[in-house]
Parts: sequence; C-alpha cells; structure tokens
Amino acid sequence: MIENYLNIFINAIFIENLALSVFLGMCTFIAISKKIEAAIGLGIAVIVVLAITVPINNLIYNYILRDGALAWAGLSDVDLSFVGLISYIGVIAACVQILEMFLDKYVPVLYNALGIFLPLITVNCAILGASLFMVEKDLYFGESVAYGLGAGVGWALAITILAGIREKLKYSDMPEGLQGLGSTFIIVGLMSFGFMSFGGIIL
Amino acid sequence: MSKYSEILFRPVFKENPIALQMLGICSALAVTSKLYPTLIMCVALTVTVSLSNFFISMIRNITPSNIRIIVQMTIISSLVILVDQALKAYDYETSKTLSVFVGLIITNCIVMGRAEAFAMQNPPAVSFLDGFGNGLGYSVILIILGTIRELFGTGTILEYEIFPLVQNGGWYVPNNFFLLPPVSFILIGLIIWALRAWQKDQIEEPEFKMSQNSPEIIPNPPPTPSSKAAS
Repeated sequence: MIENYLNIFINAIFIENLALSVFLGMCTFIAISKKIEAAIGLGIAVIVVLAITVPINNLIYNYILRDGALAWAGLSDVDLSFVGLISYIGVIAACVQILEMFLDKYVPVLYNALGIFLPLITVNCAILGASLFMVEKDLYFGESVAYGLGAGVGWALAITILAGIREKLKYSDMPEGLQGLGSTFIIVGLMSFGFMSFGGIIL
Repeated sequence: MSKYSEILFRPVFKENPIALQMLGICSALAVTSKLYPTLIMCVALTVTVSLSNFFISMIRNITPSNIRIIVQMTIISSLVILVDQALKAYDYETSKTLSVFVGLIITNCIVMGRAEAFAMQNPPAVSFLDGFGNGLGYSVILIILGTIRELFGTGTILEYEIFPLVQNGGWYVPNNFFLLPPVSFILIGLIIWALRAWQKDQIEEPEFKMSQNSPEIIPNPPPTPSSKAAS
C-alpha cells in the first residue's frame, strides 16, 4: 500500500515531471526563474496549492461529476463530467483565495514570503493540468494526495534548477538575439533531455 | 482601416505572444509533434481567444473590477468547454491526441493576458480583432514548429510523404529525435533568435556587459627570450 503511494510520488517528481516532461506552467516557469529566491518562493507556493487542490478536485470528480457518481443522491444516470473544467478552475481559484486569506491571518511569515506569487498561481497551467491528469489517470483519494504533492515537488525542483542555471548564465557572453528568452528556451530543452533519462525507470 | 490591420497583424511578428510576451508556451511544446493536431490546436485557441475577448469586452463596463478575474475565468472556461465538446463530437481521435491540452486553454496565459490587457479597455469589435491577431501570432509559431518536427521526424507533412522514406524504397531515414518533446524548446529558442535578428528592437539588454579587451591595456607582448635568441 505504502509502496504504491511512494511509487506515484516518485513517478510524479522525476518521470512525469510537470515542467520538464509534460511542459506545464511554462509561462511562469520562464518568467519567474531569473532569481533563485523568487523561484524557491514560487515553487513552495505551487507545492502547497497542488497538495490541496488535487485531492479536493479528486473528491469533486469522484462524488459529484463522474458518470454515475451521484448515485448517493439517487441520480445514478446523471453524467456531469462535461462541467469538469469549470468546476476544477473554480475550486482552484477559490482555494488560492482562501489560502491567501488564511495565511494572511494566521501565518503572516509565510504570507509575506509567498505574497505576490499566490494570485499568479490561479492561472498557472501546472495546477489545472495536474487536476486534469489526476482525472485521466483515475486515481483514488489517497493516490491523488501523493500525486499532487509529488507533482508540486517536481515542479519546484525544476524551477529552482533553472533559476540556478540562469543566475550563472547572465555573466556569459551570448549572441545578441539569443540573450534572455532565446537562451532560456534552449536551456530548458537541454534540461528536459536530462529528465528524459529518468523515463526508463520502472519502480 | 490601417488601424484595424495594425491591431490584427501587430501580434503576429512585432509582439508575438510566444516569442516576445512569453505567453501560452505550454501547449506550444506538447502538441506540435505532428502538424494536424497542431492545426486543430491553433483553431481551438484562436476561436477561444477571439470570442473570449469579444464577450469580456462586451461586459467590461458592468464588471466590478474586484471580481473581474472570476468573471473572465467563467467566460473563458465556458468557451473552452464548448470547444472541447465540439472537438470530442467531430474529431474524437484528435481530441484524444491533444488530451488535457484543450482543457488547458483556460489557463493559457494568452487568453487571460489579452482579456486583462486589451479587452477590458476596448470595444468588442476591436477586441475581437486583437484576439484573432494574437491567435494568429500563436498559430504562426506552432505551425512552423509542427511543420519542422513532422517533416524531419517522420518525413511527411499532414501524413503526405515529402521525403521518400527508406522503408518505402526512398532515401530518407526518419530522425526520431525531432519527435521528442524537448526539441520544440530548442526550436523555439532558434525561432526567437531568427526573429530577433530580423526585428532588432526585440533584443533584450544583457544584465551584465562584457568589458572589451582594449588594445591600450594589453600592449603587444614583449618578445620572448627564445625568439630573441633565434634572431
């Protein structure tokens, strides 16, 4: 049992890394990776939000939206899966908002550290993407917790590595047109090749 | 008239959403290994971004500014659900290939970005054009990527054989390297380089300038003892 969870967790970090294997959250991934402190802040925020929203969306999918899920309410032939997208994004937006208020009130230290990154996360495709992959993989509740956490850790790991490389790279002498965005894309490509080497691992 | 064509074509090369504004990159990478799904994705995104700009702009004056993100999200997600359902109904195979990426148009920053930056300040017709132009700018990059990757990866374009393949008695050995997802990053990097070689004003200022080795500081090296002895 625990092996299964560990398996999903490790799989989500390395083999199906959200940023480097399925390319989600790329916009923020590239925009916020100039400074390593900012990257770590955003990474932690993503871990927290993913670990909360993926399990919640899992419950919503399994008990409300999926085909026949409303059997407990006596509506066994209702299939609401087509409103999935709007419900997941609603849950994510609400969670981010609640999390922001909660942190502001009870954990101001963390709020100040994450501050500006929290609102950005609603429109980060990694968050919605993880929920959609959770639905596609048909995970149970326990598995979805492991998946959400692993996906977040994987994304945070990737953005921290990229920020580290970019901090070193700003001292290098590059062709003019490649300065900034162009070189970043090529680095991410090479990093992604690196992560592909995890692909053959069978846990 | 020129104002409208300016709005329509400016995002294609001058302010390309992918190459300059860093928006909507996620889907550009994952769906481009074949040209056909790429085209479907471009159509889906262009439809969504034009219509969402149109509708958001229509209600811009009655949207309270503190809940505007939720309002925009609702409009965008409804449009994406429509696109997704239409795709599932008419082209189920492609919708399987695109998997979650159609749904991810919701969080595609181009849609949100244009809604925030343009549609909230401009009338519906102009906003529609702006959305369409940004959709085109996105499509141009995706189609270039899709064409290069399919041509070199499998020797075909839209399943039609361009390079005669070795297994069919031709000469081209498909380079599977181009079908790997990371290649699209490297190709986008190169496209940006090419675009900036043409549009010089898009070049970013480096954060640190290299100091040039000036000839005053390093004079001609003094002759070494060995060369003196030889002369």
